[in-house]
Amino acid sequence: MDKPFAITLDPGSSLANRTGSWRTFRPEYLDRLPPCNAACPAGENIQGWLFHAESGDYEKAWQSLVENNPLPAIMGRVCYHPCEGGCNRQHVDSAVGINSVERFLGDEARKQGWKFAPPAASTGKRVLVVGSGPAGLSAAYHLTRLGHQAVIYEAAPLAGGMMRFGIPKYRLPREVLDAEIKRLTDFGVELHLQTKVADVLQAMKDGFDAVFLGVGAHIAKRAYIPAGDANKVLDAVAVLRGMEGHDAPMLGRKVVVYGGGNTAIDVARTARRLGAEEAIIVYRRTRDKMPAHDFEVEEALQEGISIKWLSTIKEAGESDIMVEKMALDDKGFPQPTGEFERIEADSVVLALGQDADLSLLENVPGLVVEGGLIQVDAGMMTGHPGVFAGGDMAGSERTVTVAVGHGKKAARAIDAWLRGEVYAPPPKPEIATIERMNSWYYSDAPKTMRPVLDIIRRQSTFEEVLGGLDESNALFEARRCMSCGNCFECDNCYGVCPDNAVIKLGPGKRFRFNYDYCKGCGICAAECPCGAIRMVAEEN
Amino acid sequence: MSFQPVKFYQTGTFTVGNRLLPPEERSVQASAKRFNSINSGHRACQGCGEALGARYAIDAAMEATDGQVIAANATGCLEVFSTPYPETSWQIPWIHSLFGNTAAVATGIAAALKVKGLSQNPKTRVVAQGGDGGTTDIGFGCLSGMFERNDDVLYICYDNGGYMNTGVQRSSATPPAARTATTMAVGPEPGNVFGQGKFVPAIAMAHNIPYVATATVADLRDLEAKVRRAMEFRGARYIHILVPCPLGWGTPSQDTIKMARLAKETGIFPVFEAEHGEIKSVLAIRRPLPVEDYLRPQKRYAHLFGKTPALATIAHIQELADRNIRKYGLQARKEGH
Repeated sequence: MDKPFAITLDPGSSLANRTGSWRTFRPEYLDRLPPCNAACPAGENIQGWLFHAESGDYEKAWQSLVENNPLPAIMGRVCYHPCEGGCNRQHVDSAVGINSVERFLGDEARKQGWKFAPPAASTGKRVLVVGSGPAGLSAAYHLTRLGHQAVIYEAAPLAGGMMRFGIPKYRLPREVLDAEIKRLTDFGVELHLQTKVADVLQAMKDGFDAVFLGVGAHIAKRAYIPAGDANKVLDAVAVLRGMEGHDAPMLGRKVVVYGGGNTAIDVARTARRLGAEEAIIVYRRTRDKMPAHDFEVEEALQEGISIKWLSTIKEAGESDIMVEKMALDDKGFPQPTGEFERIEADSVVLALGQDADLSLLENVPGLVVEGGLIQVDAGMMTGHPGVFAGGDMAGSERTVTVAVGHGKKAARAIDAWLRGEVYAPPPKPEIATIERMNSWYYSDAPKTMRPVLDIIRRQSTFEEVLGGLDESNALFEARRCMSCGNCFECDNCYGVCPDNAVIKLGPGKRFRFNYDYCKGCGICAAECPCGAIRMVAEEN
Repeated sequence: MSFQPVKFYQTGTFTVGNRLLPPEERSVQASAKRFNSINSGHRACQGCGEALGARYAIDAAMEATDGQVIAANATGCLEVFSTPYPETSWQIPWIHSLFGNTAAVATGIAAALKVKGLSQNPKTRVVAQGGDGGTTDIGFGCLSGMFERNDDVLYICYDNGGYMNTGVQRSSATPPAARTATTMAVGPEPGNVFGQGKFVPAIAMAHNIPYVATATVADLRDLEAKVRRAMEFRGARYIHILVPCPLGWGTPSQDTIKMARLAKETGIFPVFEAEHGEIKSVLAIRRPLPVEDYLRPQKRYAHLFGKTPALATIAHIQELADRNIRKYGLQARKEGH
């Protein structure tokens, strides 16, 4: 065709004009790491399971959750939810109630009888797991998923470790614990109760290819307190364990608990429920220095527990104790003041921390123990090849969630080790910080509060203190998630592109850039609510 | 509010789409089958607010009329970047008018449709569109005549505050104190004069035509609802859309929507709709901000934030925004109400 002067194109569409050549920066989709996931000691993909909960597909959400953690109903009650501390929503209004949604999913699973997805094909390998606490259960679960036969030896008559013998019922009802353990044994985890392992290498000779140790830390630390014969000085571990027997411990009318950790709080609240008129926590430092979590201190105070700050117990008499007042020095350490006070007390419970019983490891060469903790490498393997460890015996941060994380990490490392390899965790993407997001797009929505048991029943019964969410407010809470760093198909990039250079691939398939026409203006990246697009300089 | 906002579905109706909403409750722009009335390959600058606003508006008009739209387009950025002969980005019947007569051309198209009996069934509708230069300055006489005769045309003005494609000259829609090529930032009162202002949506309302609305590219749902509403009327209708211009405003190309949002949130640009001369709804401010937040990122206001900030000028602009907030009742209110 003869074209007029300076005209190069046939009359028609501008599609012949590839404006992509203008670009100096190109947009790219990526998945960033949500801060909740980064903060989860159990390595849950929280944003991932909330994504399914948001659309009301609770079973899929639960299935996604248990890929990393087999104990959602327990987690939703006892986890201290560091995820919520990391949640970006706190910069908008308040953190998403991740823990309450997790509990809802865990309880739904119990109600509906959801089961784990079938494990991988059997490898024929057998792994011994010593201890049925959270670390052991988690390790056994993940080993089973990977196709190995996991066999748990538990010394106690019931499974659960500190979840049963340490955490009071008002925080973790035992039917919840039992249900989640039963789901694991149904899944194929072999559980032998009242089977104490005295020598781990000996036990391994029963045809095991590797061992995971999760024996916990249940030997109470003692402090020397001169005590008269008549006074009862008990330790917290024994008191809490005693709650699982037929006869509750006799603590008397006035109970003093010595210590400042979560265990001290648990014992004081337990004492109150057993009928103590007074439960007093004596702690040598101040509230801000207390290792117990603030919300637990708050709940204890609500229940009428009193706390004597900056105090140490000097001696325990027949019906009272002598307390010395302390003062913090320049470095924040408590120092005695020489001022004394007497407090009435029928019993004193020591909650000063716990040590691990490492006697089963006495004959194992190569092990390193430091500060009462068994030393492990990045894959949770001890100095002795094939012997892995996790949970309270291997870490100073002693929570159920950390233990579950240890169990998972160890299971993956064991799996690799059994194949003669070393487990290499996939590289972590950069964190989706709030600065990388555009929070304008999220609807205003304050956090849903969970129902709390009334105070009288909290002082007299072991009913669960914190209630759960129902379907409608669990859905609401899930939808408060901002899906940080991960596309949730809001269509913003597709809509805001002035050049129609974003291709919508359909539900669940996300989007693709059409670099033939993208001019690289960057509006898509600026207006992506969740920060799942980045701009990268074009190379010449 | 021009539409029923979804109160809480994670992102409600703030985002273009929302996987939690049924498809019919999502925006036109969220659909994979949207018309793309103005297609890829156009020569608008990176981050052009007008290209975006035009697609938002015309796609919504096409959706509301089952694809039966004829557009007349004044000379200006939109015409230049979309249709350099022999190619065009428009995927609709589209007629280029002179700079000043697009309202008259649209009137003529509407009259022709009526004569040919095409305006009722199938109901082909006429849209006229132009920039602020072609609307508030050069085409103003034709526009007022179209209003006064109540011709069956939806006129859409894309307001970027100046003659941008010819090199950023001042128009009567250029805001006070803004630097343009013809209002340099020199002398005792740098930038554009404060003057009396010329807010064409208010003038349109003074004609008591069936429908007048303002919108921005930052509130897609509101914009689409207004185009849809406009198509429910016969007679003269006017929608004035604020479309930030990275070139003329001196803003980064990725901040186009952000600037429109700031204009609305500071009260600089009131977003409302009116029927037969009476205001029917306003889009309230969601998170109130001082005008400084809107002015500071724009290079056309850089002279206000030099070594000695022009506090009196900024205060004057704040007064104008405050007047808008009072006059149109834009005060922030609780979400969902």
